[in-house]
Amino acid sequence: MENTDSKYAHIPGWGMDIDLENEPTYPMKNYTGADHDRLNYERSVQQPETVEILKSNERPTLTAVFGTTSPPSGLSGMIRRWAFTHSEDRYRHWIPMILADRINVVEGIVDDLKRGHIPNYFAEKGIKADWKYNRKGLLTKVLAVAAVTAVVITVFSDKKK
Amino acid sequence: MLAMNYRGPYRVRVDHKPYPEILHPEDAIVRVTRSCICGSDLHLYHGMVPDTRVGQTFGHEFTGIVEEVGPMVQKLKVGDHVLVPFNIACGKCTFCKQGLFGNCHESNPMATAVGGIFGYSHTAGGYDGGQAEYVRVPYADVGPTVIPPDMDPDDAVLLTDVVPTGYQAAEMGGIKPGDTVVVFGAGPIGIMAARCAWFFGPARVIIIDHVEYRLEFARNYAKCEAYNFKSLEDPVVFLKKTTDWLGADVCIDAVGCEAEGNTMQTFTGRVALLQAGSGTALQWAINSVKKGGIVSIVGVYGPPYNMIPIGNVVNKGITIRANQASVKRLLPRLIEHVQAGRLDPKGLITHRIPLQEISEAYNIFSSKLDNCIKTVLIP
Repeated sequence: MENTDSKYAHIPGWGMDIDLENEPTYPMKNYTGADHDRLNYERSVQQPETVEILKSNERPTLTAVFGTTSPPSGLSGMIRRWAFTHSEDRYRHWIPMILADRINVVEGIVDDLKRGHIPNYFAEKGIKADWKYNRKGLLTKVLAVAAVTAVVITVFSDKKK
Repeated sequence: MLAMNYRGPYRVRVDHKPYPEILHPEDAIVRVTRSCICGSDLHLYHGMVPDTRVGQTFGHEFTGIVEEVGPMVQKLKVGDHVLVPFNIACGKCTFCKQGLFGNCHESNPMATAVGGIFGYSHTAGGYDGGQAEYVRVPYADVGPTVIPPDMDPDDAVLLTDVVPTGYQAAEMGGIKPGDTVVVFGAGPIGIMAARCAWFFGPARVIIIDHVEYRLEFARNYAKCEAYNFKSLEDPVVFLKKTTDWLGADVCIDAVGCEAEGNTMQTFTGRVALLQAGSGTALQWAINSVKKGGIVSIVGVYGPPYNMIPIGNVVNKGITIRANQASVKRLLPRLIEHVQAGRLDPKGLITHRIPLQEISEAYNIFSSKLDNCIKTVLIP
């Protein structure tokens, strides 16, 4: 029989966690009977709802804790509220959410401008890293965008004539 | 305080945000000492995860020093240096009691399919994450673990997600001595899954990707075979051929929803958004595993659906195991491996970037610039 210990000696810890009894392995139902208590487990105290939280309609109450960042607002918030009236099973829950995400991006730009902040689109995209590590690729991209823009402008200006 | 601020797909910046508050008596406030950008953060960054709201701070891999604790916190004290598992778990619900800490029922009101995760969209609970100077940590007595004094902080931060997820990917594969294991994806998780697979005694570990520098890194770090699927006519046929035409014993999907390699999957999943991302890696895993084999999934897929060959799962009698890593459950064993020198998590780190340069950090990781494997952000 092949000496596996020496064959794999260059791999620290090879075979150290072999446990032939561990079958089936994680994740598996670990029956303790507690499952049948359903939701009657000892629950942490409820976090106060200080901002609007959209809750899945597949559960009866809020969870004991939750995040409070970026509560729903504006048009994207209206779409999200509608999406949350449908279960996680439905496309009508998830697709509007993606639409809301995209609208939210525009709302973010408007909010920036309202606060007197002009978003630095190139800095936010980390273009400096492209300039440092992928200058050729960046220049190719810029030239491609410039060429497409020039073609579009030419086509439209010809049509106007 | 300074914090990463998501502004839309491919657009992030650092802004001043309010210092986080204790919102629940079991909360703690942690001053971040290290945080990472995870491969799964890129799904958010690319706008692939529904209900990712502008203004959120990402980051679910972080360590930090406890600055403040709520009145019901008993185990942690101010000044403790902790590593914080990426999943938020109450430790009391039906699922936490079964060790399913990644499936807590009391941390995410916005979706029932996934528990709360720091900085991972409102689909995962709407929490701000650790790519910031400070972060609110709920259920502070459950998840956060004091970093052993002799542990390198760089090792500790990778124990919050990368190492447990990679290890659990291997564990869920039910690897037996002599098995052949195939890992799809040579990102940090895939490389760690390949490395951890050896703990279970396989004869061969093979990793498949298309980024050459990552394959080279995987060969050295994980001591495995590594192949570029772009140089293979058909990766499934290749894997069948190299396993005596039977298929691998275990296949691990460590890619998730942004896989490349199949035009139809890429178009329907990543361009037209007709499915929740591209399912190429999972399709290959199902079709490359042997009859009666095991497919382990740790790649992240968004809701609602993906097109995968489920008929082959039935016809081949495949077992599929999948879950978010149960970090808390795995930490004791993984800390042992790191302390004994059997695992070198910090060996994955290729970039250390100040939090202030977050936009560049995301671009470097996302665009795979400068041979990037893993980025650590220093606040």
